[in-house]
This record gives sequence, C-alpha cells and structure tokens, in this order.
Amino acid sequence: MIHLKTNLDLKPLLLVPVLALLALPLVGSFDTWLTLSVAGLAMGMIIFIMASGLTLVFGLMDVLNFGHGVFIALGAFVATSVLSGMVDWTQSQELWRNLVAVGAAMMVAMIAAAVIGLAFERFIVRPVYGQHLKQILITMGGMIIGEEIIKVIWGPLQIALPLPEAMRGSLLWGDASLEKYRLMAVVVGLIVFALQAWTLSQTKVGLLIRAGVQDREMVEALGYKIRRLFVGVFVVGSGLAGLGGVMWGLYQQNVVPQIGAQVNVLIFIVIIMGGLGSTGGALIGALLVGLMANYTGFLLPKLALFSNIALMAAILLWRPQGVYPVANR
Amino acid sequence: MSAFVLLELKDVHTHIGAYHILHGVNLQVPRGELTLLLGRNGAGKTTTLRTIMGLWQASQGTLNFNGHDMTHMTTPDIASLNIAYVPENMGIFSDLTVEENMLLAARKAARSNQMDAARLAWIFAMFPAVEKFWHHPAGKLSGGQKQMLAVARAMVEPRDLLIVDEPSKGLAPAIVQNMMEAFQKMKASGVTILLVEQNIHFAQQLGDSVAVMDNGRIIHAGSMAALSADPELQQSLLGLAL
Repeated sequence: MIHLKTNLDLKPLLLVPVLALLALPLVGSFDTWLTLSVAGLAMGMIIFIMASGLTLVFGLMDVLNFGHGVFIALGAFVATSVLSGMVDWTQSQELWRNLVAVGAAMMVAMIAAAVIGLAFERFIVRPVYGQHLKQILITMGGMIIGEEIIKVIWGPLQIALPLPEAMRGSLLWGDASLEKYRLMAVVVGLIVFALQAWTLSQTKVGLLIRAGVQDREMVEALGYKIRRLFVGVFVVGSGLAGLGGVMWGLYQQNVVPQIGAQVNVLIFIVIIMGGLGSTGGALIGALLVGLMANYTGFLLPKLALFSNIALMAAILLWRPQGVYPVANR
Repeated sequence: MSAFVLLELKDVHTHIGAYHILHGVNLQVPRGELTLLLGRNGAGKTTTLRTIMGLWQASQGTLNFNGHDMTHMTTPDIASLNIAYVPENMGIFSDLTVEENMLLAARKAARSNQMDAARLAWIFAMFPAVEKFWHHPAGKLSGGQKQMLAVARAMVEPRDLLIVDEPSKGLAPAIVQNMMEAFQKMKASGVTILLVEQNIHFAQQLGDSVAVMDNGRIIHAGSMAALSADPELQQSLLGLAL
C-alpha cells in the first residue's frame, strides 16, 4: 500500500466553497444560486476531464501542447456520429438505454482520440522535445490541420448534439432547478477524478508519474524509461480530452469544428491556475473557472470571459506557480 | 578490460552545448573497491559521473561496465545494468513520502510490502532516520536525512556499482561520520563504490583507489594509501597536505 501523505495544503481547497459563498449574497436568491452552482460544478468537472491529461503532459515532459483541443473536437464529432446511429436508444424514455448510448459514444470517442493522440505524439510532438517555441507552433499547426480534417469528414457547419430523452429536463429541489445532465456530468467528473487519484496514489505507475513530474532525470537514473510513460500519459490524456469533448458537446448541445480551440483557452487558464503538472490543482482550477463563469454569466454577462482571466491573475498574484506548485519545477 | 576492473572509461570527451568539458578521461574503477574522484571545483568530476550515467552523452571515447559497452546507452538502460546513482542534489522526490521514494528505487517491487524486508532492515540499521520518517514527506527531512535517504534509496536493491556525488556536502560532522560508516558497511558487503568528494579527510578514510581530476582530465590515478603517504604528491595534486 502506498501512503499518500504528501504536503497537503488545505488553503486552495477552501477557494471553491469561499467563491461559492461569496457569490451567494450577490446572486440574492438561494435557489438561483444553487442552480448556478450546480451548473458551474458541472462545467468545471467537464473542463477538469479535458485538462487533467494536459497538465500531466506538461509536468512530465515539459511539453506545451496547444493542439490538445483537437482531441476534444474529435471526441465531440465522433459522438455526433455514434449517437445519430443509435437514435432508437437516445430517443427512448428509459434512462438505461440513454446511458448505454452515451456510454458507447464516450467509449468510441475516447478510443478515437487516444489513437489520434498516439500518432500526434509520435509525428508532431516527439520531434520537438525540449523546444518550447517549436512545440507551440507545431501543435497549433496540428490543431488547425485536425480541424480541417474534421471539416472534410463532418462538414464545416454546426451539428446538433441533442441530449438523449431521459437526460433532458431538470430535477426540482425546492424552487431550484437542477438540470439532470449537469448532475450526471458532476458524477462522471467525480468518477474520473477518483480513478485518477487512485491510479496516482495507489499504483507504481502513478508513483512514477508523480515522481516524473518532479524530476524526470532522476526517474530515468532509477532505471525507468520515462518517454514510454509519457507516451502512455499523452494517449490517456488525449482519450480523456475525447471524453471531455463528448460531455462538452452534450453540454452545449451542438458542436462546431472550432469547439476544441474555443475550450483551449479555458483549459490553459485551469492548468496554469492549478500549477503545471498538478491534477489536484487542475481540479480546483476547473471548479473555480466553472463557478466563476456561471456566476458572472448571471450577474455581469459582459464580463464572463474577463472574469476568468481576472481570477487567474488573482490566483497567480497569490501563488505565482499556481495553487499547487509542483516541487522541483 | 580485466576482470579486476568493473568500470572503465577510455579517452572520454563530453561537450555540453558549445563547451568542451571532459578532455579524454581515462578511469578504471576496480571491482569491490571504493574509488574516489578528487579535484577542485570545475575539474569535471560531476560531468564524469553524469557521463557514466548517460545523462550527458560522451562525444568521443568508450565506457565499459562489467563487459557491456554502454557508450551509447540511455540512462535507464545504464541504470538497469545494476548501477545506482546519487546526484549532487540528492534527487529526492520532495512531494513523495520516504516510503514512496524507496519503493520507486525498488524496481522489482510493485508495492511496499514486496520490498526485501531483510535488506530494508540492513538499511534501517545504517540509516535509522529512514525508518523513523518512513511515512513522512521527503521534502520535510533535514539535509542530512535527505542524504541518508538518497543513499539508502540507491541501495534498496543489491547493486553492482554505487555512484555518489559529494555525499558529505553541507552535512554536520555527526552525519558525515554516520555516512562514512555506512559506506564502509556497503563496501564490506561487496558493492563497488565510486565517490566524488571534496572533504579530503572523509575521502582519506574511505578510499582504496583515488583518481584526481583537473581541467577535464585525470591527472593522477593510484592507491589512496600511496597518496596519503606522499606529502609532495598531495601538494602538487591537491594543493594541500592530508
């Protein structure tokens, strides 16, 4: 049994409830606040799923992958194809049939994104290890090419991605309206986080990842081939981005080829706020971004995007390396 | 390469970027002995160790370990030849516990309870702090405790060669003494050790063989006893008398 007795810093964990409680008097109504908070947590969880792989990719190999959005877009478009082929299942009133359809879409999207991720790492990222400027240019180029390929396959126009029948609508809790899909997104996000946390804290591979994020040279000197580990993390991270793409597409209920590029900005805000290489930090960053976007969308809609930039600036003024800076970096 | 020699470097040159650091290093590390690499700051000692570990690639020359040509091997492959390395900065994973640091080095163990209990007991006897702080984050240890952990981690599984870069650097005398006793026990167990050391008294008490470096070359190689007995040689090589 590996014990996870790290220097757990509790202060960043308080940021999420503090932000929520600060918003309560500003929103005024408890029911509206609850609706916004659930929506924010759902959005945050989806962003976390998309961002968690990227932060480890950076942490392990110092690779700045600005093309991560292409896996998100691919996942979303694959979902449109899978779900359009399972109309009987998505239009059923039975929740389990809907879950099977969405589960199948998620699985296919994750596999597709992981396979493309493997090729992306081999042909686009590997030639530019250790060269940040080239990484930025070539991965952005890779994303543009990916978007164009998506346009060739699925067309350049927006495609509807409606929620399956039984996932539509809301549950009422008092006067608060809690959308079923958002609650589901929170549950899926928690499952993904729990699996990641278990892998990182309870397995040797997880131990190697955590060590590699801190000091990859020493991990190699202990006899482990960190590049293989990195390829594994890159592939899993790409698969998770594909899963996030399905969830984000269903959240928006439509997809466009630029969906990945649009979310990329939020993802980078999240991993910078969290501390590059920290999955726990990415979770906190994602929840903060989700909550902030929903609260400001309700209170000051014109400032919605700016609010997340301001939030990042405030966090970095407090902790310039992010809420959970990774040691030795 | 004779059976007596475990590690041999022949005419090794290393470049770091535009800088030519090693200028033809020739070094032999005898099997079962403790070899010391001495020299002033910037002489090329750390570069030599990093080149042996493949962390910097030799641009010329050959490196041979136990019959294996490792000149072009990667660092993980070199480590897999049963070579343990403790860098100057100790390479401790601060965010991991002492237990997790040890488990990482135990390549054959997937979980802590699969580590060799008898070997751990041997290590705990040498370094009680490792056992005492087993579940603590390694980042919270003192400098001396971190150095003990770094050496203990290197020896968590039997290794043929232990390479350590300045183990006494910045440590209190009591810890240095503890470290010296630990190296003596390791040597007695049959491990070959290559140490870079600036603490000349530490070096004198431990070393069987010695190699002195200057300007990226080995300028003297011989037995520690011969160096200790020759004040003129000490003065000319090291600028001091032992």
